[in-house]
Amino acid sequence: MDRDLKQHPVTVGFTGRVNSPLDFCVVGIVGTRGNANLVTLAIHQLILLRRLLCLAAAACMMLAAAQSRAAPGAAHAPLGYDDARHLLNRVGFGATQAEILRFAPLSRGQAVNALLGDARAAATTPPPAWAAGTEPLRYPRAGQKATDAEKKMFQQEQVREGLELRGWWVGEMLATPSPLTERMTLFWHNHFVSSQQKVKLAELMYRQNVTLRAHALGNFGVLLHAMARDPAMVIYLDSVQNRKGTPNENFAREVMELFTLGEGHYGEQDVKEAARAFTGWSLDRSTGQFVFRPLLHDYGGKTVLASTGNFDGDEVLDILLAQPQTAEFITRKLWREFVSSEPDPAEVKRVARVFRDSGYDIKVALHALLVSEAFYAADNRATLVKSPVDLVVGTLRQFDMKPGQTLPFAVAAAGMGQNLFSPPNVKGWPGQNAWINSSTLLARKQFLDRLVRADDGVPPREEPAARMQPVAVDAMTPAPKQAILPTGAQDPDKIREIVFRRNMERALDRVAFDSASWFAQLGVTPQSNARSQAATRMLLATAPQIAPDPDIASAALVRALVLDVSYQLK
Amino acid sequence: MNPARMHRRDFLKLAAATALAGGSGALGARIAWAAAPAANYRNLLVLIELKGGNDGLNTVIPYADPTYYALRPKLAIAKDQVIALSDRVALHPALEPLMPLWRNRELAVLQGVGYPEPNLSHFRSIEIWDTASRSDQYLQDGWLSRTFAAAPTPSGFAADGVIIGSPDLGPLAGGGTRALALSNTEQFVRQARLASLEGQARSNKALQHMLKVEGDILQAASHLSANRAFATQFPNNGFGNAMRTAAQVIANQAGVAVVRVTLSGFDTHSGQPGTQASLLGELAAGIVSLKGALDEMGKWNDTLVLTYAEFGRRPKENLSNGTDHGTSSAHFALGGRVAGGLYGEQPSLDRLSGDGNPAFAIDFRSVYATVLERWWSVSSTTPLGGRYATVPIVRA
Repeated sequence: MDRDLKQHPVTVGFTGRVNSPLDFCVVGIVGTRGNANLVTLAIHQLILLRRLLCLAAAACMMLAAAQSRAAPGAAHAPLGYDDARHLLNRVGFGATQAEILRFAPLSRGQAVNALLGDARAAATTPPPAWAAGTEPLRYPRAGQKATDAEKKMFQQEQVREGLELRGWWVGEMLATPSPLTERMTLFWHNHFVSSQQKVKLAELMYRQNVTLRAHALGNFGVLLHAMARDPAMVIYLDSVQNRKGTPNENFAREVMELFTLGEGHYGEQDVKEAARAFTGWSLDRSTGQFVFRPLLHDYGGKTVLASTGNFDGDEVLDILLAQPQTAEFITRKLWREFVSSEPDPAEVKRVARVFRDSGYDIKVALHALLVSEAFYAADNRATLVKSPVDLVVGTLRQFDMKPGQTLPFAVAAAGMGQNLFSPPNVKGWPGQNAWINSSTLLARKQFLDRLVRADDGVPPREEPAARMQPVAVDAMTPAPKQAILPTGAQDPDKIREIVFRRNMERALDRVAFDSASWFAQLGVTPQSNARSQAATRMLLATAPQIAPDPDIASAALVRALVLDVSYQLK
Repeated sequence: MNPARMHRRDFLKLAAATALAGGSGALGARIAWAAAPAANYRNLLVLIELKGGNDGLNTVIPYADPTYYALRPKLAIAKDQVIALSDRVALHPALEPLMPLWRNRELAVLQGVGYPEPNLSHFRSIEIWDTASRSDQYLQDGWLSRTFAAAPTPSGFAADGVIIGSPDLGPLAGGGTRALALSNTEQFVRQARLASLEGQARSNKALQHMLKVEGDILQAASHLSANRAFATQFPNNGFGNAMRTAAQVIANQAGVAVVRVTLSGFDTHSGQPGTQASLLGELAAGIVSLKGALDEMGKWNDTLVLTYAEFGRRPKENLSNGTDHGTSSAHFALGGRVAGGLYGEQPSLDRLSGDGNPAFAIDFRSVYATVLERWWSVSSTTPLGGRYATVPIVRA
C-alpha cells in the first residue's frame, strides 16, 4: 500500500521541520496517508490550502517586514513620481504615465501590497487551440519506425506550434493587468529551465508555462515539487531515462546546483544518492502526464546531505528545502532580478530568513526586497540591463503600441538573444552584461529605431494574418540553414524561412506610434519647454549619455532618448 | 616594448597596478612581461567551430582498422570511397576540396584531440574548451580573453577578435576583450550608425559595459571595409557567407587577432551520413574559398585556420543511423606556414573506455599553447593555467 502511495504526488510537507501552523497542517494531513485516491484528490486542495494559508501568513510577514526594515520616514511617505516609476519598471514592463500616477501617492508598503494583490495565477489571453490538451499527444512513431517524412512533419508541426506559443506569451505580457505575474513567470522559466529545443512538444512547454504562472507568486516549495514532476522538465533533464540500476544524474545534479543549493553546497555522492531517489519518475507518452513507475524505482536506502532513509524524490526535495542555503540561493537570484547585480550578503541573509520562516512564500521574499532601502538606493538605480523581452514588451507598453500580431515581437526578442521557451542551456540566460555585445546592442537599437520611426503620420496597415503564418523551418534558430542544396537546387524550406523572417521584420514597421498623443498623456504639449524634461524622466532611469537637443521635433526627441544607451537600463 | 607604442589599456593597467599595489609585486610582474618579445598579432588566427560535435572518426578515417568497420556496420565509409592520406589514415570523400592543400603540405591533421575526464554535455564540454579549464574547473573568461588581458593586441587594431554569425562569444567571452559579434559586415557598418560615442560611466558597471561595447563598435566600424570585392567565389550557403564576412573583416588594414566562424549541425544522433557529408562539403568548400580570398590579400602565409568542437562522437554507431556524444576527435590546422602532415595518434578502437570512447592523444590545450607560443609569440602558461607541450605544426 505504501508503495502504491508513492505513485502519487503526496509529499508536500517539508521534512524534519515544522515551524509554522501551515507546515504542521500539511505534514499532518500527509502523515495520515490513508486511501490513495483520497490522497490524490487531496493534493490539489492541499496545494490550494497551502497557498491560501501562505497568503494569510504572508500578510503578517509583510507587515512585520515592512515595519522592521524600511527607514521610518521613507516607509510611510508617498513614493512620488520617480520612486513609483522605478518600482514599476523594475517589477513590470515599461510603466506608463497613468500607472506611475496611480502608484505615486502610495507608501512603499502600500505599493508593494497592491502589486502583490494584483498577482494572477492564470493568463488572461486564451492559448492557441492546440494547447487545450483535449487530444492525445502526437509523436512520430518511436525509434526507427518513423519515416523521415513523418519525422519532418512532426518537427514542422512543433516549430509552428512553438512559434504560436511564443506569440501567445508576448501577447499575454502586453495584455496582462499584472505585469509582475509575467515577470515572475519569466523569472521561473529562467530558473527551472526547460527548452523546446530538447522537449520538442510545444504543448508540454505550454503546460509548464501554466504551472510556472500558477505558482509564480505562490510557494517556492510547491513550485519545486511541481517542477520535479513537470513533463517538460522530466524530458529536459532526462528523468525519463533515470532507472533503478542505471541512474541518470542529470535532474539530481541540476536540482541541487541550479534550483536549490547552488554550486559548492553538495557533493558528488549527494548527487548519486539523490538520483536514485528520482528513479522511476517518468512520463506517459500518450497523455504527456507525469507517471511514477514503481518497477523502475530504487527503493533502497539513501544518504543525501547527511540525512539517511529510504527516500523518494519528494523527500529529497524536502531535504533540499530544509537547507538554509536554498532560501539564500533563491533570494540572491531574486535580488539580481529586481534590486541590483551585486547582492548585499547581510541583506540576503535577512530576507532569506524571512522567506524560509514563511515556508517559502514567494510574496514574502518579494515584499521584503521591494520595500528595502537597497531597492530604492541611489547606487542601485539604473544598474540593471533590460532583458530583450523587457525591452521589447516594455517599449510597446510604454508607447501604447498595440500590434495586431505579437509573434514578430517574440522573434525580435529572439534576435536580441532571448528566445522564449528556448533558453540556451540549463543555466538559463545569464542576463545583465551578457545581454549586451556588439551584435545584440545594435539589434536593440535597430529595433527601437524601427518602432519609433513608425510615427510618420500615415496610419499603419495591419499585416494580413496569412502572411504571419509561421513557416516550416525553425525560424528561431540564429544561424539558418542554407537555401541552396548541395545539388544546386533551391531549398523550399529556406525560401519560406526567408519570407517568414522578412514578414516578421516588416511587421515591426506596422505598429502605430503617435508621439503627439504620447506627449499629451505625459501632460506636456509638443511645443512646451518642459517636454524634453518630462520625456527624459519617463523614459530613462538615469541621465541621457547625450543630452537631446531641446528644440528637436517630438518624434525625433523620442528617437534620441530610446537610442541613448541609458534606455537599455532600468 | 617601446613605451610610445604602449597600448592605452596597458598604460592604464600599469598606472592602476602602481597605484593599487603600492609595491613592487604587480608592477614587477608587469615590467617582466614588458621585457618579453613583442606579441605578433599580425599573425591571424581563424577558428572554425564544428558545433554539435563533429564525428571525427568518419572525418579522419582509420580505414585499415577492422574494428572501425565492426563498430560501424552501417555508418563506416567504405574503403573504396575514402581519400587515403597514408596506408592507415584517410579523409571523408566530402573533404576532397582540401586535397590540394594536403598535397601542398599546408594541412595538418590533428588526431585524437581531447582532454582527461571528458564531459559529454554539449554545454559543459564547450565551456571547457572555450575557457581552457580542467574538466572539474569552472572558469569565467575565455582562453583568448585571458591571453589578450596578459598580452594586449595593438591599440590600433579594429578589435581583438570578431565572432561571426553566433550569439555567444566563446573563447573571447569575459575580461576586457574587445570582441565584436556580427553576421554581416555591410549590415554591421550600416547599423553602427546607430551607435554613438557616449559619455563616461563612473561607477555604474552595466553602463560602463554598454559604453565599452559601443566604443568597440565604433572603432571596428571605422576600420571595417564592408565592400571589399574578391575575385574568389564564396559558396552560396550560410557557411560560405560567413567565410566571405570573415574575409571582409580580415581585409581591414587595422588588424584583428582572431576571427571565429561557426558551422552548426554536427550533432548527428540520427541520419548521420547525409548530414555529415553535406556539412563536411560546406566546410571544405568554405575553407578553400577563404584561402582564395587570403591569397588575393597576400595573407595566406600569415593565417592559421584551426577547427575545434566540444567533442567527437562515440565510435560505436547507434540504432538511429547516427552516433552519440563522444570524447576526443580529429581536427585540422591549415595555412601557408602550417607544416602539413599527420599528428597525434589514431584512436585505439580496441581499447575503449567503459562508456565506449577512445583515449585522447593531444590535449586541446597543447593546440592552444601552439597558437600562443609558436604563432603569436606570447606566453601560454598564464592563459592556460599551466605548461602544455606545443605541437610542431607551425613552420618557422
